[in-house]
Amino acid sequence: MIYDRILVRYGELTIKGKNKKQFINHLNHTIINKLKKFPELEFIGHHERFYIILNGRNHHDVIEVLDKIFGLHSYSLAAKCETNLDDIKQLSVKVIKEEIKTPTRFKVETKRAFKRFPLTSLEVSKEVASHVLKNCDNLIVDVNHPEVTLNIEIREEATYITTKEYPGLGGLPVGMDGKGLLMLSGGIDSPVAGYLVQKRGVAIDVVHFSSPPYTSPQAKQKVLDLAERLARYSHNDRITVYNVPFTKLQKAIYQYCPSNYGITIMRRMMYRIAERIALKYNYLIIANGESIGQVASQTLQNLRAINEVTNMPIIRPCATLDKLEIINIANKIDTYDISILPYEDCCTIFVPDFPVIKPDLDKCRAYEKNFNYEELIEEALNNLEIIKIKAYERVNILEDEDLSNLL
Amino acid sequence: MIYFDYTATTPVNEEVLASYIQTTKTYWGNPSSLHKFGVRADNLLNLARKQMCELLDANNHDVIFTSSATEASNLAIKGVAYRYQERGKHLITTVVEHPSVYNTFFSLEKEGFEVTFLEVDNTGRINIEDLKKAIRKDTILVSMMHVNNEVGTIMPVIEAGEIIKNYYKIIYHVDIVQSLGKIPVSLREINADLASISAHKIYGLKGSGALFIRKGLELEPQTLGGSQEFNLRAGTVDVPSAVALAKAMRLILTDLEKNYDYVRVLNNKMRSILSKYEKIVINSPVEHCSPYIINFSLKGIKGETFVHALEKHDIYVSTKSACSSKNNKASRVLLAMGRSQELASNEIRISLSHLTTLEEIDIFDNVLQEVMQELA
Repeated sequence: MIYDRILVRYGELTIKGKNKKQFINHLNHTIINKLKKFPELEFIGHHERFYIILNGRNHHDVIEVLDKIFGLHSYSLAAKCETNLDDIKQLSVKVIKEEIKTPTRFKVETKRAFKRFPLTSLEVSKEVASHVLKNCDNLIVDVNHPEVTLNIEIREEATYITTKEYPGLGGLPVGMDGKGLLMLSGGIDSPVAGYLVQKRGVAIDVVHFSSPPYTSPQAKQKVLDLAERLARYSHNDRITVYNVPFTKLQKAIYQYCPSNYGITIMRRMMYRIAERIALKYNYLIIANGESIGQVASQTLQNLRAINEVTNMPIIRPCATLDKLEIINIANKIDTYDISILPYEDCCTIFVPDFPVIKPDLDKCRAYEKNFNYEELIEEALNNLEIIKIKAYERVNILEDEDLSNLL
Repeated sequence: MIYFDYTATTPVNEEVLASYIQTTKTYWGNPSSLHKFGVRADNLLNLARKQMCELLDANNHDVIFTSSATEASNLAIKGVAYRYQERGKHLITTVVEHPSVYNTFFSLEKEGFEVTFLEVDNTGRINIEDLKKAIRKDTILVSMMHVNNEVGTIMPVIEAGEIIKNYYKIIYHVDIVQSLGKIPVSLREINADLASISAHKIYGLKGSGALFIRKGLELEPQTLGGSQEFNLRAGTVDVPSAVALAKAMRLILTDLEKNYDYVRVLNNKMRSILSKYEKIVINSPVEHCSPYIINFSLKGIKGETFVHALEKHDIYVSTKSACSSKNNKASRVLLAMGRSQELASNEIRISLSHLTTLEEIDIFDNVLQEVMQELA
């Protein structure tokens, strides 16, 4: 363990003008909260920088947590030594050997806050650079275009050395700008959509439509597991799942509307219900995984027909992504393997052979008049099931019986 | 009733039976079904497999449930022979194997495989040097029992495994039916690729056995149909029996050492009783032998007569192994151990259990005296 602390740099929020302080406080709070499980850590924050003092904790453990916090621009690992030239030289070699494995252009930069240090900044840089070059392979000096800068910060009480900058997750701190409601089906796209709105600082909760017995408890478990993955990116590690009992409404749609309009009208109903939940629980936007043209119900005509039922902003982060781009993100956030489990969800049961690709708006409205869907929506909302999910804690609804007495 | 035939079969343990009944009533779903009810049965089945592998120190193995150890051994031997015959057609076993193994090899021999039957010494053990010599370039299988079912001799299965593991082409099957639950068995230590077990020999249910198979090893299935049991044994899996087998294994292995020490005491007592009679020749060796089995031959008395004489006193012993006692022939095992035709033909096997009491042995002592006088 050569590292003493991690230096965290904030991202885009440094340009946020007067709100900056608020953003930074929120983010620092998030970091401290998420790192609570390591009680030995200490935190020092000032200006645009935030230090995590490791006190012996392995830096990998901490970085793993930081890698799931939006709003962080980058981190650097800082090693610490006593303020004298010999120690600085030795530690510089150690740090370079730890972090640089391939040929790299580098330079040394020194900041000397401790002005009584006998050498000037430039002299320290020169001394250290020549020492490091003698003792390490793979280094090429390039003061104009370095790939890596060895930063030496000389203070009276100690000297800190940092090199590589590890990229953070970027984005904006989650939870600063209100909440959004994500329509989560269980497929590959919707969790990715959730992650992408979280990236822009939106704290999300989840609405899911289940149609038992057409959809299985396993399908619901899938959604809870996906929500758990998304909770890992939440500022407070929490996500609420609103599970809508959708069976009656879905059956009514297939009873009263032509089957080719089934999916379009089902989506309209889902939007209506999502909007009601959003208004009731103060969500400012609705997000979902719709991607233009991916399936029959995601043609532009269908998107327009579906969107007609609500005035709420619908955010579709996957709208312009290719399937492979979506899959890449799903893999990165560990939702892909859950999403591909083979359980039917609301969108895959009752699929007509030929869903309408260019729905007529008037027809949509007319078919919906065939039955009293308002009543069914009310009923579904009255029976709404609310499940609280916490990151890294699996809620298991499939009873795993204790079988040990049998064996 | 005094039962001295625990090697033939054992009474079912109440707890094992309770598990069987509860599983039959509660988890009767088909483990291959997609629905939750089937998935629950499948979960249970897999827990049973896992537990069994842990109990035999066989973490690199899978378990295939069968109807008997006989079926397990058939699948192992034929499965290897047919699957790997392109690599060679030479097989090795011993002359003292249980009929389920011996006759399977005999039938393969008729089909054109070449089988080396290793001889045994007068204690019923093979010489490990003989095994080394028997191995050829085209050898694909060695099958050996751990504990002999007739005389109780413990075979050098670990030493054999040490040798066989140097030949990547040779697959090693061990019949551990009579060692399981009686002496320590570790498939890792034996280096066994395959091992057969039976439930009813360890206070489990009849009609249930299993084959342990090293992960990744391929066999030619002997029953075709659905894809159950890793495609190696078609047919709906009998989950209750599997659960009962896993439980029987756990229960018997929990008390292995305690039972072993107790049965050794019984065995010593039994031996001293038997040695009183000139007409009785004890065949079970003193060393490398399971204390659960005492085999002896009668001079001038027919084995069958002796069995029926004891039966009148409600005492049950066996003449030869149950699987071969209906053929009125001399014991293949005793002949292989160099016993005369007469001794080999009049063999008696007494097999003990942790359920056997010292009083039972005392009663036997008295009855034996009476019977020996009567038959003299």
